[in-house]
Amino acid sequence: MTVTLLDRAPADPAPKTDGSLTDNGAALNISLRVNGRDRRLSLDPRTTLLDALREHAGLTGTKKGCDHGQCGACTVLLDNRRVLSCLSLAAMAEGHDVTTIEGLAKPDGTLHPMQQAFIDHDAFQCGYCTPGQIISAIACVHEGHAENDAQIREYMSGNLCRCAAYPNIVDAIKQAKTQMKEA
Amino acid sequence: MRPFEFSRADTVQAAINEQVISDTRTDGASVHAPNQYVAGGTTLIDLMKLDVMRPQSVTDINALEHTPSGEINFGPHGLHLGALVRMSAAASHPDVLKNYPVIAQALALAASPQIRNMASLGGNVLQRTRCTYFRDTSYSACNKREPGSGCAALQGINRSHAVLGVSDHCIATYPGDFAQALIALDAEIEIAGPKGSRTLPFAKLHRLPGDAPHVETTLAPGELILAFMIPSAPWTRRSLFLKIRDRQSYEFALASAAVALDLDGGTVRQTRIALGGVSATPWRSHAAEQKLRGRKIDDATLHEAAEAAFEQAKPRAHNAFKIQLGKLTLMRAMRQAATMELQYD
Repeated sequence: MTVTLLDRAPADPAPKTDGSLTDNGAALNISLRVNGRDRRLSLDPRTTLLDALREHAGLTGTKKGCDHGQCGACTVLLDNRRVLSCLSLAAMAEGHDVTTIEGLAKPDGTLHPMQQAFIDHDAFQCGYCTPGQIISAIACVHEGHAENDAQIREYMSGNLCRCAAYPNIVDAIKQAKTQMKEA
Repeated sequence: MRPFEFSRADTVQAAINEQVISDTRTDGASVHAPNQYVAGGTTLIDLMKLDVMRPQSVTDINALEHTPSGEINFGPHGLHLGALVRMSAAASHPDVLKNYPVIAQALALAASPQIRNMASLGGNVLQRTRCTYFRDTSYSACNKREPGSGCAALQGINRSHAVLGVSDHCIATYPGDFAQALIALDAEIEIAGPKGSRTLPFAKLHRLPGDAPHVETTLAPGELILAFMIPSAPWTRRSLFLKIRDRQSYEFALASAAVALDLDGGTVRQTRIALGGVSATPWRSHAAEQKLRGRKIDDATLHEAAEAAFEQAKPRAHNAFKIQLGKLTLMRAMRQAATMELQYD
């Protein structure tokens, strides 16, 4: 965990008198609920949800790939729907439940069936896209979009894997889908 | 990204009041507008990171999901789609799937699942071109981004650029799919703004580039799209969206067709045709529709319609293929529509 970033002194959050949230240059005080835990963060209004998670909440599991909404590495769940944290402002996530890769395993360390399935099927090589793939895959199953290989491929198309582990990712999703139904 | 003021609005009136109307040189949805609404953020945040858009203030309107702008309603008069409805929600709504398949398909074939969960319908129709010369500020010539600076695409790599509705000042392609379904089905939009509310035919929302490509819409500064109304018509159920692209998924159209058809036996009683991926704005082809009305759908008639649709096409060095591709797309879409099985109650 990057202590210097977490301990960074907040900018002056002087409230404005006309009711708007901030002046240019002042920080926003934002409350984010991440993996069931409330966090108070003092952020530049420009901070994306991705940067808030990684640089301010210390949750570096969510990855920054393209930072322009093209690769899916930054996928998180917002109220159980998969979204791109790089194209969301942190301030827009206030009042919503954010789930990241860190929030999937049980407190005793037991992995989510989708995490275990990715290991069982060797569904990654370098691993950089994997947190986004797993979050997206869980949503794909919950949406009912994992009925067959073609549908899985279509509904996972927003997550790029430059190691091209795609066939194994499809296999992992099929395994986890069965286990998620049983659970 | 440059600094901006962030605020939230939970009512339409509050959202409009947040807009400081200081720049009337351009339309409300302009790249240069000092105030921007944000819903999904999938276009705005991207372009702010690229320094193409530099708003001084951003108003978060996502709370309008809890107003009629967050609702989908279907009745005898047609379909109401709130502007804050997400693409994924509209694409999977039973009434949309059954009665307006062209809308469901246009939305489902666009972007990625994550983006469809984020992007609002109102923002979707205002998404900006993917023209490289517009998105990359290291190119100095872009009339859309910097009025009067020229157009780098004219002599550049213009394979993805438009052949219909273009001018010598801009050949950028309108990138969206949903808009083609809306313009085909004679949709109207409900707008609120500092000077009151109004409705507008969707076909009048986007402006051709002409000599002012930076003015992209007819929205006045501060105006906000609240909803889309798509009328009921005999042809909406026999409708579909055909999208041709470089990749099978998660890619913009090289050519697309949104078509709707009302058949009397084998004869066309009415048809609606819009073309995407080939045009500067959402593009209704009245010329193609006229060729088909009252005629049988056969190869000769379809060929005539396709020729009419692209009669005014203006190809550049790298995009002439879009004329033939667009014609074939239109013809294939009509053949599929003529033989599709309809969902009945």
